[in-house]
Amino acid sequence: MRRQLPAFASLAIVAVVLVVLPFVISDYNVYLAARVGVFFVAILGLNILTGYTGQISIGHGAFMAVGGYTTAILSRDHNTNLILTMVIAFAVCFVAGLLFGLPALRLSGVYLALATFALALSIPKLPLQWTGYLGGSGGIHTVTIPSNRWIYVTAWTASGVLLVLAWLILRGRIGRAFRAVRDSAIAATASGVEIGVYKTLAFGISAAYCGVAGALFVMASNGFAQQDEFSVNLSLTLLIGAAVAGLGSLWGILAGAAFVGLLPEISASVPYIGHDYGKNIVYGLLVIAVMLVVPGGFAGLLARLRSLVRA
Amino acid sequence: MTRLKPADLSRIATPALLLAAATFLLVASLMSTKFALFTVQGVAEGMVYGSLGLALVLIYRATHVINFAQGELAVLTTFIAWQLIQWGLSYWEAFFATLAIAFVLGTVLQVAVIRPVQHRSVIATVIVTVGLFVLIDGIIAWVWSGGLDFKALPAPFGTGIWNVGGVLIPHYYAGMVGVILASLAAVWGLFRFTKLGLAMRAAALRPAAASLAGVRVDVMLAVGWGLAALLGAVAGLMAEPPAYNILEPNFMLPILVYSFAAAALGGLESPGGAMVGGLGIGIFLTLLVGYVPQISSQLQLPFTFLVLLGILLIKPSGLFGRREVQRV
Repeated sequence: MRRQLPAFASLAIVAVVLVVLPFVISDYNVYLAARVGVFFVAILGLNILTGYTGQISIGHGAFMAVGGYTTAILSRDHNTNLILTMVIAFAVCFVAGLLFGLPALRLSGVYLALATFALALSIPKLPLQWTGYLGGSGGIHTVTIPSNRWIYVTAWTASGVLLVLAWLILRGRIGRAFRAVRDSAIAATASGVEIGVYKTLAFGISAAYCGVAGALFVMASNGFAQQDEFSVNLSLTLLIGAAVAGLGSLWGILAGAAFVGLLPEISASVPYIGHDYGKNIVYGLLVIAVMLVVPGGFAGLLARLRSLVRA
Repeated sequence: MTRLKPADLSRIATPALLLAAATFLLVASLMSTKFALFTVQGVAEGMVYGSLGLALVLIYRATHVINFAQGELAVLTTFIAWQLIQWGLSYWEAFFATLAIAFVLGTVLQVAVIRPVQHRSVIATVIVTVGLFVLIDGIIAWVWSGGLDFKALPAPFGTGIWNVGGVLIPHYYAGMVGVILASLAAVWGLFRFTKLGLAMRAAALRPAAASLAGVRVDVMLAVGWGLAALLGAVAGLMAEPPAYNILEPNFMLPILVYSFAAAALGGLESPGGAMVGGLGIGIFLTLLVGYVPQISSQLQLPFTFLVLLGILLIKPSGLFGRREVQRV
């Protein structure tokens, strides 16, 4: 218990800051902070899959698209309460994740990366084909458009709930099975872990998280679900965020989310490489640097610092 | 008379399938002008998918890595070619200069960012290539102002069209197929007849044994990346027909997925397989969109995704790949 004190203390500090934040910053910054919350949920989800079970996905933006469109369509057709649509998006994407996870069982490593990459490029094309139901290139509006503060509170409440859920899942039996699958499939099987069940389950859970993130993403885009917002770049951004945060640990996710959530704003004000493109250069350079220098990402850095302090 | 064993059957299945497909395409093309038009277009586009697929295969064979930045790298070199032409080089001067630049670029990237992570894990390597993807995308957008203003490469083979019995074949298609075939022949010759090629094959297949025999394995892998970038540059330069060759940063993205499918269809390990796979995907897609009106070109990518998934599930070793046995 005593050893975990710094961990609890830092969690408490982050929680307090998040509660106080919307009262002291401008409305636009509240919006930005809400976006960080959206990425927090998505990167958390991707980390469960890639970090804890070692299955790589370059396509989780596709699940965000499914979640986002679920919210937008439910709101458009039934004026469903937006909170409720998040729950439904969670369920829909859980099923979608299981369905994709089943064939993905037979794929691993680069093959899985290929399949998910193609998925990320394919899903955003569907609204262009079925323009009537899925809104075409014009997108779909939700009926209600929530305020920035509402989105902030919703996004960070969801982040908190889903973080606790992830922690509960990962510390127990399921989490151990996930890590066993990642570290050695053969040893896991030998110990009686059903690899297929856990790999598929991880896909379902991570897709569900990204579904919620997608729902929040749509709300944070003025209640606007638009197919080109869910382009392959979104999927790549998630993977970059997860790598910067540190795969296989929950401690760096805030840093990863802040990085991908805030960087477009910061780099836009940087001269020369500013504009919209600067962020891609920084994303790319930084993620490569992270993989070369601190493969554990921000979480790895934290762990290293902690062992330095203790020594 | 000896009876055919299942093993024999599976050995002749692929050639038989290909022969049947080729015969079908030929007969149908002779019978229908429309079909012939689609097939010609499919072949031309398939060559591009095949040569980018071959670039992927070269790297996969050597390092068991897929370079997700392969398409963006090809875009970058195409923009470089455009820039060289703006600076006053002729198309073909720019073409060969670009190939040289692509080779150097590929080699440098391998040494600088891939080599350090290559032995760590597949995930780390994939993330680095994803980082490269985004980085190159950003650089293109930054240097060439978003690529949004109109930029076009000149048509290297003119805009003429042959009329072969009612089937219109643009000169461009013939030139494109010729250039890609020539580059393939050059790469094949390199691997087959030169000491360098032999060393590269050895380094890719048996790195430990190759290094014992005095082959600098790390140098060979870097050269492999250079060659892959060079092939990608050829694919990029040949990718856009003159009718709509507007350069924009993402023009290789769908092509990259088609060439993934091509490489997977060929078994990811087989250079010839990637070319055959590329032709197959190219022809399949043009026929699909041409003959099924419900399927718009928007669905080409989703369909390719399904084909890719199908190949990976039903025959992960593709048409020409070896089966790797690892059971759990």
